[in-house]
Amino acid sequence: MTDTKKLKASERQAGRHIGGTVVIFLFLLVLGLFMALPIYLACVMSVKPVHELFIFPPKLYAIDPTLDNFRDMFTTLSEMWVPFSRYVCNSVLVTVSVTVAQCVLASMAAFVLAKGKAPGRGLLNKLIVVSLLYQSSVIYIMQYIVMAKLHMIDTYWALILPSVASPMCLFLMRQSMLNIPDAMIEAAKVDGAGMFTICWQVVMPNQRPALMTVIIFAFQAAWNIQGGTLVYNEALKTLPTVVQQAAAAGLARAGVAMASAVFMLVPPVVIFMIAQKQVIETMAHSGIKD
Amino acid sequence: MDPAEIGKRTKQEQRRTLWKRIRQHREEYLMLLPFMLVFFVFTVVPVAMSLPMGFTDLDMVQFPKFVGLSNYVTLFLNDSIFIQSIRVTLVFALFTGPISYVLCFLLAWLINELPQKLKTIFTLVFYAPSMANVYTVWQIIFSGDSYGYLNSVLLDLGLITKPIQWLTDSRYVLGVVIVVQLWLSLGAGFLALRAGFQSIDRTLYEAGAIEGIRNRWQELIYITIPAMGPQLLFAAVMQIVSSFTAGTVAQSLVGFPSTDYKAHTIMTHAYDYGWVRYEMGYASAICTVLFLAMLVCNRLISKLLRRYMD
Repeated sequence: MTDTKKLKASERQAGRHIGGTVVIFLFLLVLGLFMALPIYLACVMSVKPVHELFIFPPKLYAIDPTLDNFRDMFTTLSEMWVPFSRYVCNSVLVTVSVTVAQCVLASMAAFVLAKGKAPGRGLLNKLIVVSLLYQSSVIYIMQYIVMAKLHMIDTYWALILPSVASPMCLFLMRQSMLNIPDAMIEAAKVDGAGMFTICWQVVMPNQRPALMTVIIFAFQAAWNIQGGTLVYNEALKTLPTVVQQAAAAGLARAGVAMASAVFMLVPPVVIFMIAQKQVIETMAHSGIKD
Repeated sequence: MDPAEIGKRTKQEQRRTLWKRIRQHREEYLMLLPFMLVFFVFTVVPVAMSLPMGFTDLDMVQFPKFVGLSNYVTLFLNDSIFIQSIRVTLVFALFTGPISYVLCFLLAWLINELPQKLKTIFTLVFYAPSMANVYTVWQIIFSGDSYGYLNSVLLDLGLITKPIQWLTDSRYVLGVVIVVQLWLSLGAGFLALRAGFQSIDRTLYEAGAIEGIRNRWQELIYITIPAMGPQLLFAAVMQIVSSFTAGTVAQSLVGFPSTDYKAHTIMTHAYDYGWVRYEMGYASAICTVLFLAMLVCNRLISKLLRRYMD
């Protein structure tokens, strides 16, 4: 009797009425439509032929949708010095290496800062938190000087290295790892595992939700990396830089600009969907958390 | 034995035990090394270099000369545009900071109350604006001629008789930029809060249900918020940074410089001196002031949140 009662209580959360959920859904739907409207307009603009851009009043849909803007963007891009595929390769190389390096380095350091015993951890922690605040454009000038001293100007390193150490990723991973029970780590230590082994074989498999969040951030930051002043060789430039150039060079600027914005939005959205799916799957499988 | 010698010995011993502890944990240091190496070379060193640069007249042409506090004196006494930019930044931060923070939390919570499939969709819808540079579309929405979406809707409804110059009229530019920034602001903080809601131990809720928690609201106050301390702090830091350092959005929407400097933030001012006029020393001083302001703000908020959570 008591057993079934307990079971029932554990099956649902307190005070859930279907009515409340519907109200929440409707509220989010209205707000969501407002949030999504500009993105929807961007998509519509990107498939409008040039003459439709000048119809008054502006339509909320394309009468005669066309991919001309995208074709225009790709033509402009392929007419540049360097073949389009080169830019794609650059972007893929930079995005993948930055994302992987960011996650690996941040996870490893976060584990030590969360659960290690090495002297000096507290100081490094404080430094990380303060550096979350410091985002300034002046740092790029100093970064340039450092890069020049290391002879890395105009190499892939100039695109990759400044973004590899992300205090934000480290901070998030560390917060999530603080919840790991110490007993789990002690048990692994008794079994003779070193910190490195514990990190990758005991802790990280349990950190999928946090890791997926970090991957979303890392990918997005990496995908939007522009060489700026650090890279001037055309063959080393990444997609965000050249896509912007294409948008500025197009005849009907608005359409092409929107096409390029939509084009750049697709990969982060795909990564986001994949990562979210993973998070949900892990939580369904782990049994502890959900 | 005189006391001084004892002191020396214990100091020596202390040093030895510290050295021993460091050696004991060398694997941990090796694990920290890759991150910290890159972090120091490309973040800490440039930041540390930029702080003293605020006291020089660095212009990338000549060797920087030490000028003492003169950059700071000019900044606060002779630079009326800087004072204007402080005002703009404060108005901007006061509007976007708290509102976007509450929005982040409220939406993350409400989404969490929905079934799983809808959770993913809504998270994506609210998060998408901050993913890439789609905000350029607002330029078309706010466009000053009758082809702009907002103007055409208002004209259609008969609320206005001629198009409003949203992006150049000094009465509207700051408002426009604030709206767009709010639209963009459900970023890292929002996602971290979403992850936080999802990773709360479900047994807590079950225990709460048995203990007599009656509705969603009580559950939020008594169980969820106390368990989300770190995420709440992180989101606060992210919203502070993004509301204080905003500038690029304004620059690309309402132009640079904006009409009457109405949307001229401190960050835009730093950009102006750093990248347009190449007065890096002065720009460094501006960034230092901004950094200190954010540091103070962050201290206040983390104190507030900590007290609330304990």
